[in-house]
Amino acid sequence: MADTQEIQPADQAGSAGGADGSGPNPRFALRNKVKSGEGRLAARLIAPAVILMLAVIGYPVVTAVWSSLHLDKADAGLNPQGFFEVGGKWVGFKYYTYWFHCGSTCVPGTTGHDFYPAIGQTLLFTGATVFFEVILGMIFALMMNGTYKGRGLVRAVILVPWAIPTAVTAQLWKFMFDYQGILNKVLHTNIVWLGNTGTARAAVVIADVWKTTPFIALLLLAGLQVIPADIYESARVDGATAWQRFRQITLPLVKPALLVAVLFRILDVLRIYDLPQILTGGANGTTTLSILVVRELRSSPNNASALSTITFVLIFVVAFLLVKVMGVNVVQTEARGAKK
Amino acid sequence: MTAVAEHTGNLTSPHEFPPTRRGIKWNVVGRYVGIVFIILWCLLPFYWMAVVSFRQVGYTFDSTPWPTHVTFSNFTAAFDTSKNHFGRALINSIIIGTVTTAVAMVVGVFTAYALARLQFRGKFFVLGLILAAAMFPGVALLTPLFKLFTQLHLLGTYEALIIPYIAFALPLSIYTLTSFFSEMPWELEQAAKVDGATPGQAFRLVIFPLCAPGLFTTAILVFLACWNEFLLASVLPNGKASVAPVTYAIASFTGSDPKVIPYTSIMAAGVVVTIPLVIVVLLFQRRIVSGLTAGGVKG
Repeated sequence: MADTQEIQPADQAGSAGGADGSGPNPRFALRNKVKSGEGRLAARLIAPAVILMLAVIGYPVVTAVWSSLHLDKADAGLNPQGFFEVGGKWVGFKYYTYWFHCGSTCVPGTTGHDFYPAIGQTLLFTGATVFFEVILGMIFALMMNGTYKGRGLVRAVILVPWAIPTAVTAQLWKFMFDYQGILNKVLHTNIVWLGNTGTARAAVVIADVWKTTPFIALLLLAGLQVIPADIYESARVDGATAWQRFRQITLPLVKPALLVAVLFRILDVLRIYDLPQILTGGANGTTTLSILVVRELRSSPNNASALSTITFVLIFVVAFLLVKVMGVNVVQTEARGAKK
Repeated sequence: MTAVAEHTGNLTSPHEFPPTRRGIKWNVVGRYVGIVFIILWCLLPFYWMAVVSFRQVGYTFDSTPWPTHVTFSNFTAAFDTSKNHFGRALINSIIIGTVTTAVAMVVGVFTAYALARLQFRGKFFVLGLILAAAMFPGVALLTPLFKLFTQLHLLGTYEALIIPYIAFALPLSIYTLTSFFSEMPWELEQAAKVDGATPGQAFRLVIFPLCAPGLFTTAILVFLACWNEFLLASVLPNGKASVAPVTYAIASFTGSDPKVIPYTSIMAAGVVVTIPLVIVVLLFQRRIVSGLTAGGVKG
């Protein structure tokens, strides 16, 4: 095979990566599956990436689950029965019980007390931001579609909020939401935006919608641009109204791009951290699951591991449901493109 | 809602103009109103950031919409090493981003080549694995890595950030590169070989120049993702200024009075971080858009 020469470095990288790879070597698993010479080459090319991902994602996840079922060193000591327990001892679902059953009984101020509110707030942020971002993003995309002067400039401008670190935009919005800030002056209001539950949540949603709507619009615009113009022409000739054309041509044809954008956004907001953390530090009903994990991290890493596992499972279940129910066709679209 | 529908009808049909030419083309006017609205939406907050970054501290909350009480002292304050480590943080971010991007690109190119060019069983499985990794929540890595790095005394080193960043950068680079590679005219490689080029020459002289824009775009996307990350950046450097990246530095800015948030210097720091990114985006707009829509990746 003529291509072998080019992949020489990959092979070396593969063996180097294999030395520190933990667990079963994926190269062998892959090699058993492949039959053709191309398969063997592919296995060598892919091995470094798979080994790296197993090392930096797979291994941490397994240790997270493992430690969430064992006693943390910080929690070692006498248990309620009066026995001394050492760190690392198997404790079963003790930490999961802490999160799921603490909620109503634990005193305010503990992380357990914030667990159910955090789930609710995470879901609230997800629903609200994705709802507004998709509707506004669609309107933006429709306005940007077509040929007009300055298209390149508009598409560059729309990338700007996406490209700026969320930490910077969060500080910027915190400044604008300040009691003395520009928003209160422009709106002629005296709202303590970040000091009340309702307005603090609204602030997080507004900042996120501002930052991400242009990005959604960009993804939808790509979907709109592949719709041939003559379909609209013939619909118009047939007497379809603008609304009918939107409902029956634009929407069905842009649906695949829309669903992928929605899926990525939902999974992204479920792990939201930057905006609420910087805007309010999680105060006033804006604590999310990610914020709670970080808060618990230093006092009891194993307990935090249990919570991050819960978060992970939640996101996984949501992703699974979305792919199943909405039929988001992420992998197949990609595979079709990749086959060629 | 009717207004929206009206827009829709007019704007989604780009190549036609209204057959009846009235005095004023309302759809054209409507379009430009919409475009101006989008531009203001995207840029007004940044305009405000820039204006405030040049204001004297005493006029932080002045609401005059144009520059007044202009001073450069906020920028010198942002870089004042006695209070903040913003300059150091910029360097840290560049180091961490560059190393991560390099690793993700080298490994990503091989994998993407195999996924785009070769037929093999289990391709579907590998693609699914990469996609799953791309959607992976950062918090799920945070706790185990925090424990692991504490044990290994890696907390507060560059490695502590570079290692998890590779976990995010790799799916992103593989995903984007695969889309680019699958659209390449690979027949040219064959043609070059027929004309007597060695496989190495065919790659270097024919394929590589064609790949270069795609590689470049992917590198920009990966670097941006590392540059903008905050969750891991705020925990894993363990507050060590010699390692902490720029997002953490901006989020934890302190002024001379710890009770007063030094907004003007924060805005100045924000401007310093924003301007290079805006330049990159303006220069490579077309490529970044094609990379984003090819990969359909998160922001």
